[in-house]
Amino acid sequence: MNGSVLFSLRLYLQVALTATFFVILVGVCIAYLLARKDFRGRDLIDSLVTLPLVLPPTVTGYYLIILFGKSGLIGKHLFTLMGWNIMFTWYAAVLASFVVALPLMIKTARAAIESVDKNLINASHTLGRSEVETVFKVILPLSGRGLVAGAVLSFARAMGEFGATLMLAGNIPGRTDTMPLAIYTLANSGDRSGANIMVLIFTVISGLFLYISNRFAMRTA
Amino acid sequence: MGLSVRIFKKVDEFTLDVKWDTGNDLSVLFGHSGAGKSMTLQMIAGIARPDYGCISLNGKVLFDSSSAINLLPQQRSFGYVSQDPALFPHMKVRDNILYGTKGIIRAERRAMVNEMIRLLRLGGLENRLPSEISGGQKQRVALARALVRRPDALLLDEPFSALDTPIRLEMRKVLNGIRREFGIPVVLVTHDTAEACAMADRVIVYDRGSIGRTGRPGEIFADRAIRRSQKAVDVQNTQRDAHRILFCVN
Repeated sequence: MNGSVLFSLRLYLQVALTATFFVILVGVCIAYLLARKDFRGRDLIDSLVTLPLVLPPTVTGYYLIILFGKSGLIGKHLFTLMGWNIMFTWYAAVLASFVVALPLMIKTARAAIESVDKNLINASHTLGRSEVETVFKVILPLSGRGLVAGAVLSFARAMGEFGATLMLAGNIPGRTDTMPLAIYTLANSGDRSGANIMVLIFTVISGLFLYISNRFAMRTA
Repeated sequence: MGLSVRIFKKVDEFTLDVKWDTGNDLSVLFGHSGAGKSMTLQMIAGIARPDYGCISLNGKVLFDSSSAINLLPQQRSFGYVSQDPALFPHMKVRDNILYGTKGIIRAERRAMVNEMIRLLRLGGLENRLPSEISGGQKQRVALARALVRRPDALLLDEPFSALDTPIRLEMRKVLNGIRREFGIPVVLVTHDTAEACAMADRVIVYDRGSIGRTGRPGEIFADRAIRRSQKAVDVQNTQRDAHRILFCVN
């Protein structure tokens, strides 16, 4: 296995795992707010965070460029403040994977949180427990199965991410070419044997992760 | 001192408009389903919010719409047990009771939990999950959990209605023991006449969102019995008249 294959493999796992970590963190918080809080604009936020589920990844990627590009709405301020831009870095690949995987976590986690019996939540409150304590001691343990399922789905989505990553992080060999991008390059350049090896490794690793995740999810249930 | 309740709430076509006070005794909220008894208890506990009114316990205002006071359920010191014991299914019996010890110093928690296990006769069940114990035992755990931090009042929303008669009778004994031990206001919601007669110091009769009558169980249920027998006499008279009409027609 040559260096570029190993780099793509390492980057691909690094991006998917980092994105999933943030997806779980942010996804559970947003899912909790949508499931348990009644506020103005809730449906709008729900639609906005779910949008990447129905948009083609290239469109999502384009929006991210508008937001995080060097002259983007957020990107230009980041550049002014820190002299740094996310475009064409591995962070951009994480951001792209994060955005496309987030809706899956939110949808699954929200359904899991909503399924927790309201009587249990009321009981916790009347027993003097704060909202935060109720979340960590009652709601999250009882919706654990759904949360794990959401994390598995999000990780699977992050692993398969291609379009938005290509738009935002580019396909720079040795910098941002995650495995799906490297396979795209190899196939385009006619390097069939290289592409074959990469596709095989990609399939085995993805299958293995899904198998482990499913086993873990079953044990949690 | 005691519990003072003035509540107004409108939900669709239903209006709840009640006013009552209770001391350190057991008051039964009695009436048909849908009369607003459970809603009242939820508002006292802070789970639901009245449109306007005032609720105070031992002189402390818990809710007052005129001064925009609305304490969270966590800030109101009530023990609240409903028909659904709402035990946390992932916690063992001991952990469920321990969960109610918020505000008690760590060193005393174990002793308080053991005291509740003794008082509610839960010995031997400490390490079982709620799914592994019976309905009556679940309600005893729910009572233990609600009482472990020594609340200022106890709110019971038909806690025994889903239980078989022998267990219900046993639970009444348990509740009488608790009343002697704690000496706090207890509000019990029920639509069971026998339960109200056996338990109540005072009965507050709910009728479609307002209070019909208030009095000692003897007064309330004697009147009801008279009305019921009057109704039976009326039915007999109606039947007799019907027979007479039929006789005349034939």
